[in-house]
Amino acid sequence: MKALRKYLDKIKPNFEEGGKLHWLYSTYDAFETFLFVPNTTSKSGVHIHDARDSKRTMIIVILALIPALLIGMYNVGLQHYLAIGQDVTFLTKFFYGFLAVLPHIVVSYVVGLGIEFAMAQIKKEEVAEGFLVTGMLIPMIVPVDTPLWMIAVATAFAVVFAKEVFGGTGYNIFNVALITRAFLFFSYPSKMSGDQVWVRTADTFGMGTGTVIDGYSGATPLGQIATTEAGGFADFTFHGITGQPLSLSDMFFGFIPGSIGEVSTIAILLGAAILIATGVGSWKTMLSVFIGGLVAVLLVNVFAQNTIMEMPVHYHFLLGGFAFGAVFMATDPVTSARTEKGKWIYGFLIGLIAVAIRVFNPGYPEGMMLAILFMNAFAPLIDFYVIDANIKRRMKRAAVVK
Amino acid sequence: MANRIKIKKGLRIPLLGEAEETLRGRVTSEYVRICPEDFHGITPKLAVKVDDAVKAGTPLFFDKNHPEMFFASPVSGVVTAIERGEKRRILYIEVKADNTIQYEDFGKKKVDSLSAEEVKKAILDAGIWFLVKQRPYDIVAVPGKEPRDIFVTGFDTVPLAPSADFILNGIEADLQTGLDALAKLTTGKVYLSVSPKITNKGLREAKNVVITEFDGPHPAGNVGVQINHIKPVNRGETVWTLSAPDVALIGRLFNQGIVDLTRTVALTGSEVKQTGYYQMVIGTQLNSLFKGNVTEGISLRYISGNPLTGRKIDADGVLRAYDRQVTVIPEGDDVHEAFGWASLSPKRYSAGCTYPTYNKKYRLDARLLGGPRAIIVSNEYDKVFPMDIYPEQLIKSIIAFNIDKMEQLGIYEVAPEDFALCEFVDTSKLELQRIVRTGLDMLRKEME
Repeated sequence: MKALRKYLDKIKPNFEEGGKLHWLYSTYDAFETFLFVPNTTSKSGVHIHDARDSKRTMIIVILALIPALLIGMYNVGLQHYLAIGQDVTFLTKFFYGFLAVLPHIVVSYVVGLGIEFAMAQIKKEEVAEGFLVTGMLIPMIVPVDTPLWMIAVATAFAVVFAKEVFGGTGYNIFNVALITRAFLFFSYPSKMSGDQVWVRTADTFGMGTGTVIDGYSGATPLGQIATTEAGGFADFTFHGITGQPLSLSDMFFGFIPGSIGEVSTIAILLGAAILIATGVGSWKTMLSVFIGGLVAVLLVNVFAQNTIMEMPVHYHFLLGGFAFGAVFMATDPVTSARTEKGKWIYGFLIGLIAVAIRVFNPGYPEGMMLAILFMNAFAPLIDFYVIDANIKRRMKRAAVVK
Repeated sequence: MANRIKIKKGLRIPLLGEAEETLRGRVTSEYVRICPEDFHGITPKLAVKVDDAVKAGTPLFFDKNHPEMFFASPVSGVVTAIERGEKRRILYIEVKADNTIQYEDFGKKKVDSLSAEEVKKAILDAGIWFLVKQRPYDIVAVPGKEPRDIFVTGFDTVPLAPSADFILNGIEADLQTGLDALAKLTTGKVYLSVSPKITNKGLREAKNVVITEFDGPHPAGNVGVQINHIKPVNRGETVWTLSAPDVALIGRLFNQGIVDLTRTVALTGSEVKQTGYYQMVIGTQLNSLFKGNVTEGISLRYISGNPLTGRKIDADGVLRAYDRQVTVIPEGDDVHEAFGWASLSPKRYSAGCTYPTYNKKYRLDARLLGGPRAIIVSNEYDKVFPMDIYPEQLIKSIIAFNIDKMEQLGIYEVAPEDFALCEFVDTSKLELQRIVRTGLDMLRKEME
């Protein structure tokens, strides 16, 4: 490490004002602070500081995402080999999924971080860490067969128009990863929904070649129930891509078609545990999303008119992006409500609206993305009223004095 | 039985280097320096020239806007230097101290027989009015303004804080006289707050005051938090604030008829070899205190005050006007820690749970441990801010300098020190105390 430190000190003058590579200073700084804790000391105010910084916070979120990512990768392989009717080892399935997902991660990071580094340099600021999480989220919430160029275009759009134009990390109104997904969803709907995109049937770098077996259907469970002809939920069964019935444990462990990150509820719960234990994610937001969802489902169950309205609440939580959105998307502190009371309201309404979109919207069986984006827009309003109560109390006190 | 208020939010930072409760003697220095920048809200005008002879209690300077407000020399001797900085701002006034201090005689006075005006005049004339501060704005109290109430905090909860029992021991009579004097200055009440641990009779059995007990971690000892829980400051109101040892200094003026700015000061910090308590007047140079008594071979940070709100000084710096504590910690600019974001090192301390917590005391240095960012994490300041105020929103309104919003969100109730813990825990490493100080100064300019 000492040699590395010496090397960094040696090349540093090149990047400083007047150096040959001064236009890369932010990049140099990002790598230097990645390798070594900056040794700048406090100039005003407190003389000691907490060890937690922005990097630590983001690393914890990435750590919490890892279980969902790994199981998601395995599931990509699992679904693929099911579809082509081959029986292979656990490791082969995982490796296939790993190869299929890795390019998505690389593209998302390269495009997003590239823009972030450039913007930081233009503004002469340090590179903010926010995209480290966004860049990981993007591949996890899109179908595995999304073309790479689409991810690149959507990521660039979201980073520039949903984040940088507002001032960068910490100033954005909408969740950047969800804007990426929304951009893809509305621009390239054929690649983002339907029953052809959730399972990768083609080979990956020559691995896993084969033809799709007869009776294959790639619809997600939510897609199935939204389009079913069944008379009621009692007559309806979820089935996997080869027609086999799906059990609750399949849904819980994540062996169903869907976006990479959202399928495994247990991995998401593990991530939630990490976020809550470290205090990085708000348990209030997460809990209230589930409460909101529960209330909404119980209501529509009572007035059920069709199969999806009859679907019990645990299916809502296990299927689609509900849990993933509650744990990793709704808790984004920048776009969520910032007051503690506000978080309860914010989360509750996300759960409520997500279920409403799922149940009442005929074309599209998922509601989490739109519910969170919608509430992102309303989060400042919720905060406004929470804070206004405090202001009113203070003004009333002052009025009594006069 | 005193009224008891429990403070839940806050933080005890477990730092190494608490002062051992032993009085190690008196510290004197050849030169004494008074820095006018310690006194917020005044514009100093000199009352002495170089080579003037002064006694302890002779005015060195006064406030341009309140010429009756003098600032006393803490020692007798000869003025040797008046150092100025940018725009001819006075940095410090240096007095070469006599071996034995000659005191200006102000005459012993019985507080009971004095009127409010006489008490005020006595304190102003003696040049120790600066001990009285005011909210809003956290400045030296404006003498012409009638305070609604006066708040005295009897204890410190800052990291490595000196023990109130120890430093008030023996000056209980002065404390009571001081409290009696304050009671004359307001038509409202004098509120004194104590912590459950305090046993000092001067505090516990103080008369003429309303005693409230505050139980909880820092900032329970901050007078701003206490005011917010007892009776918050509203727009248009003024309250005065003091700390108990400063009240005793005022009491001493009436009991002894002299200005004796001797304080019992705690020498603290992880880099001090032998901690303890010393007596000294404000403005005393501290180099004799540090010499041979601090860690050698690493770069150090000397602080007059505590690690949260204190002022960085040089190794030959002086005890600043309001401080009862001197702290030495590592500077840390010679440390290169690899992969801090992945660290599980037991040397790193975090109030949150993103690092493993150990039940031990920490040796923290002055590094920021991160780069400045926009405010990202929510509910971080609230956890260490036990007031009925939204700290993050208030900070944002100050940055935007939105006067209406600042007023609505409670700017009149706060002082920079109230945001010290927020600044400590801040993931975004923003200079919150500086932001609040600037906001208060600008607001005062607008309003007055």
